[in-house]
Amino acid sequence: MKIAVCIKQVPSREWQPRLTEDKTWVREEDSTYETNEPDAYALEEALRIREKHGGDVVVCSAGPARVVRVIRDALARGADRALHIESDELGQADAFMVADALAPAMREEAFDLVLTGLQSDDQGHAQMGVVLAERLGIPHSTIIMEVNIEDGALRIKRELEGGWFQWIAMPLPALLTIQSGINQLRYATLKGIMAAKKKEIKKVPVPDGLQSSQAIVGLAVPTKTKQTQMIAGSPVEVAAELVRRLREEARAL
Amino acid sequence: MILVVAEQCEGRLNRATWETIAGAQALAGGMPIKIVVIGGTTGDVPSDLASADVAEVLVAEHESLEPYTPDGFTMALQTIVEQLSPDFVVLPHTYQTRDFAPSLAARMRKSLVTDVTGVSGVGSSATFSRPMFQGKLSAAVMPQGTAPHFVSFQIGAYRADAVQKGSAPAAVTKLTVALDAAKIRQTPEAPFQEAQQAVDLSQAERIVAIGRGIKAPEHLGIIDTLAKAFGAEVAASRPICDSGWLPMDRQIGSSGQTVTPKLYVALGISGAIQHVVGMKGSQTIVAINKDAEAPIFEVADYGIVGDLFEIVPALVAELEKA
Repeated sequence: MKIAVCIKQVPSREWQPRLTEDKTWVREEDSTYETNEPDAYALEEALRIREKHGGDVVVCSAGPARVVRVIRDALARGADRALHIESDELGQADAFMVADALAPAMREEAFDLVLTGLQSDDQGHAQMGVVLAERLGIPHSTIIMEVNIEDGALRIKRELEGGWFQWIAMPLPALLTIQSGINQLRYATLKGIMAAKKKEIKKVPVPDGLQSSQAIVGLAVPTKTKQTQMIAGSPVEVAAELVRRLREEARAL
Repeated sequence: MILVVAEQCEGRLNRATWETIAGAQALAGGMPIKIVVIGGTTGDVPSDLASADVAEVLVAEHESLEPYTPDGFTMALQTIVEQLSPDFVVLPHTYQTRDFAPSLAARMRKSLVTDVTGVSGVGSSATFSRPMFQGKLSAAVMPQGTAPHFVSFQIGAYRADAVQKGSAPAAVTKLTVALDAAKIRQTPEAPFQEAQQAVDLSQAERIVAIGRGIKAPEHLGIIDTLAKAFGAEVAASRPICDSGWLPMDRQIGSSGQTVTPKLYVALGISGAIQHVVGMKGSQTIVAINKDAEAPIFEVADYGIVGDLFEIVPALVAELEKA
């Protein structure tokens, strides 16, 4: 099995984004970065499939030079090698641009299985994996909670809404977007970190003619739909005040 | 023209379709709206939807559209969209839309703006609001390239009861779609539920819900104590159930239950949109979080910025006083 995992580097969950002067993007120089959490589950699933069926796990990432840090982390967790489609213009890229950046190099690799997270913690389009499948000409399924490979084909458990699931059979090669929580993540060991230093990260130039499919014309902190009453004070004071308001104003107790 | 793609299964309408029609009406600015209903069988769905103030309801039934597959829906809708050449194609941002709409837009090389919470302006000059950075920011985006532009509306972004009804039912027209069943690569089995839902949180009067801020499962004890003091059920955001700290049937949000209790107390929950859609209809929402910028405060009636491990014991003591 030749398995690809697409990994995106995103600002850390704890980071409170600050805007650039023209308010169309965030101040990247203030940001700390991490692996997009849903992608970490896709990587873990790929490693488990390799342990069961053999093969290689190849990390594929599109982004500026800074992305190498999350690629290294994935290699330290056990991926075998990496493709890095490197360009500064990919830092703010939308899902179509990322898919179009990844597709040519990934097509050449002819992967049996491509895994992605179900959406990114930054732009959150929830599109890249499905668009990539289309560009690679392979079938896909989304929000997957279990992956089985039987007789060279997939049998996967897809999550539906409201606690429902269904099994789907699909031929390989294919692309799956993985639901967070499908597995328990492993962390990089010291041995893994050392081994990662020797693993190949192949730099691939970005294809010509990439176009964004949507323009961000403004970013803002969301306007409140509700008038939130903030209660401040010591724990004992806020507890007393909250209970009073819940009884007297909201009549919720 | 705006084309609304209804979501239904064997004649049962997904109610989010009504919200999407309301969104289309907000976007229209005089443009006509048509609704397309596709599936194996569509039952009364087309005639029900014809009560909306729209130009026409189109119905495309084909045996290869039941059960749903992304390949089948992409092929059918590509044919329909190319035939009708609308300015916008709008859909509810459901799991099913997320499964096929990116394929459809990618195959047609058109833009797709997902998870839209609002529209400003109308028609071709419209910009769409959508959450970014886990809901910490809202972006105004404009689709690029040529029409049609695909847009999916977040569940709850528009109200189903805001749909303008027509003075007379709209015409219902049958469409024929040619589909090559051999090109459908996914073979789905019947949907199932993992376990009988042990707790029906939708019936709970009060809910105390926890998120990542709880840090470790050994802290669940103080939450149980607080829930008891409130007379509430315990629920959680997705990461807590994923970690196995609480069973899946305690999960609130787009992949769990949707609730509207009298009181919802969110403890250490940041307020990612996937959680908020499941609880924002609650009558009174209390948020306690150490991060003053957490998006959960956007939907809260009462907010407390602080350490839940200090505030929860104080709350228990206060509630037990009376």
